[in-house]
Amino acid sequence: MQKTLFSKLWNQHEVLKQGSGMSLLYIDRIFLHERTGSVSLKELELKGRKIKNPEQVFCTMDHIVDTLPGRDDNTIMPSGRDFIVSTRDAANKAGINLFDIGNDKQGIVHVISAEQGITLPGLTQVCPDSHTCTLGALGALAWGIGSSEGEHALATKTLSVKRPKLMRVRFEGKLNQGVTSKDMILYLIGKYSASGGVGHAIEFSGDTINALEQESRFTLCNMAVEFGCFTGLIAPDQKTFDFVYDRPFAPKERDFENALVFWKKLYSDDDAVYDKEIFVKSNDINPQVSWGTSPGHVIDINGFIPNPDEISDLSLRSSCLKAIDYMDLKPGQRMDSISIDAAFIGSCTNSRISDLRDVAKLVKGRKVSSGIKAIIVPGSTQIKHQSESEGLDIIFKEAGFEWRESGCSMCFYVGGESFKNGSRVVSSTNRNFENRQGPGIKTHLASPITVAASAIKGKITDVRKI
Amino acid sequence: MKKFKELSSIAIPFMRSNVDTDAIIPSREIKGVSKTGLSDGLFANWRYKNVEKREIDSSFIFNKERFTNAEILISGVNFGCGSSREHAVWALKEWGIRSILAISFGSIFFGNCVRNGILPITLSEEVIKEFISIAEDETSLNFFRIDLTTKSIFSPDNAEYNFDIIDSYADMLIEGLDPIGLTLKNKDEIDKFQREDVQKRPWVYI
Repeated sequence: MQKTLFSKLWNQHEVLKQGSGMSLLYIDRIFLHERTGSVSLKELELKGRKIKNPEQVFCTMDHIVDTLPGRDDNTIMPSGRDFIVSTRDAANKAGINLFDIGNDKQGIVHVISAEQGITLPGLTQVCPDSHTCTLGALGALAWGIGSSEGEHALATKTLSVKRPKLMRVRFEGKLNQGVTSKDMILYLIGKYSASGGVGHAIEFSGDTINALEQESRFTLCNMAVEFGCFTGLIAPDQKTFDFVYDRPFAPKERDFENALVFWKKLYSDDDAVYDKEIFVKSNDINPQVSWGTSPGHVIDINGFIPNPDEISDLSLRSSCLKAIDYMDLKPGQRMDSISIDAAFIGSCTNSRISDLRDVAKLVKGRKVSSGIKAIIVPGSTQIKHQSESEGLDIIFKEAGFEWRESGCSMCFYVGGESFKNGSRVVSSTNRNFENRQGPGIKTHLASPITVAASAIKGKITDVRKI
Repeated sequence: MKKFKELSSIAIPFMRSNVDTDAIIPSREIKGVSKTGLSDGLFANWRYKNVEKREIDSSFIFNKERFTNAEILISGVNFGCGSSREHAVWALKEWGIRSILAISFGSIFFGNCVRNGILPITLSEEVIKEFISIAEDETSLNFFRIDLTTKSIFSPDNAEYNFDIIDSYADMLIEGLDPIGLTLKNKDEIDKFQREDVQKRPWVYI
């Protein structure tokens, strides 16, 4: 029988079949962070359980730590210090790899996991963080779990998992100018809803995917969870192997050559069968922006805010009404006419060096519109250093952007730093839920270049018109 | 973990789609490295008119006296989507919820429920809508009864509905089993898998 990439990965890690579609899967890598990982470590310790292979467990400080220059263990969030200190203590005691504040490997968990060569093609990886699916872009089976499952994986190096169904999404054709992988995934969720992928793992394929650079592929897989999926996957290719080559934790020399033989078998066979298939003509995609409070509330940048009266399904209509009300918009309003208060570039979705280079190209010699709070947060300390060595930070600061230390920052509000109450923010992040970025904050999700163009114009702006 | 066999309770009709875990427990309500002290922050942005001052919004369903002791929650599509934070389940549990009936669930949230003794039940849209209208009827206290051993739900008029849940999840809930302890019974198989894997994929091992 022809095999899918997903089934190859699943079978390679299956320790036991447990009936009803459940399998005990072997977990190659576990990553933790100070918000949810700390609970797992603490609970294990309380129960007197040991981590099975601490050398294959990693932890970073990204969720709660401040991103302001000169940061330390104290945070603007009132109790943030407790998370940081207790995570550090537990990590040191457990003997796992910790990328602490000040360590040059520190950064957003899913960004550094790839950057440091911790995630490799063909591995299984879990983290108590829903965006772990980002790493599927390397051809790894990576998914988000809860803290209790985190404990389980730490103590046993396995997890019992219900095998999801498999969906293939094929993107075919050339992308239009100004369209990025962020627009591709927003378009998909906008068209098929935030629950369109529930119960499925998703494999992205097609010539558009093949043409994407590795860093753009992470953005695509990152938001598989916003589509309701178990995870996202892309078969690794030469671009992936080149990306992984020589990373600090990646195999070296002969080990790398041996791994490569293995990795080159990680693809779906031509006649493999999927439970569901979606085909997208990439040429149909324009820059996308979210208008509402679900990642499925997405329209073209040239589009109009929907009219709830035109929606027949009662529950969809009421959710549309509620979202329009929260977002303080009017049905029929043009997306590219909406004024903004702030612009945010960062998060595990879009904070990599290629994102920042694209933004720098656009904002060089331009100025952020007056009164707009504009922030750029690199995804890792390495990316920060690389940007600074290329002079990108100077370009950003001259344009009027704040330039930060790496971390999750204002992708969400932990009770510390936020935008001004009720601000309208165009953001390169992944979630536009009510109050996600702070009290009353109205989030519009978009690609980093759309965010940059909007910051310059002071309103949501089509990057192709700048 | 508290055992779950049977539950009889009034149900909260909460017919919304894509209720995310940020809404269930906002990040700023997660104030410490702990599984407790979270129920006060449950649905904070909806439950309070003013979150800082904890000014109650009496129109929000969780604030209605009728539902003070409710242990069942009924909702729509993709309940518990978004962030993996288990705090969402811990907050619901601390508030008193023991079973959630929905059309579909966020997959991480579903797993988190089972690990914490909360029974998540997936039902068709048709049944959910029927249950919602029963639960919305305020003329009487309508009790639903859930029997996990027979995988059935009885509506207040005693009509029986069946549901499906993976046997191992049901067993875990019914017996209040510790899943880590269960897995460690397979320690020999796991160790054997690892020994063989080190030979097959030596480059994986840091």
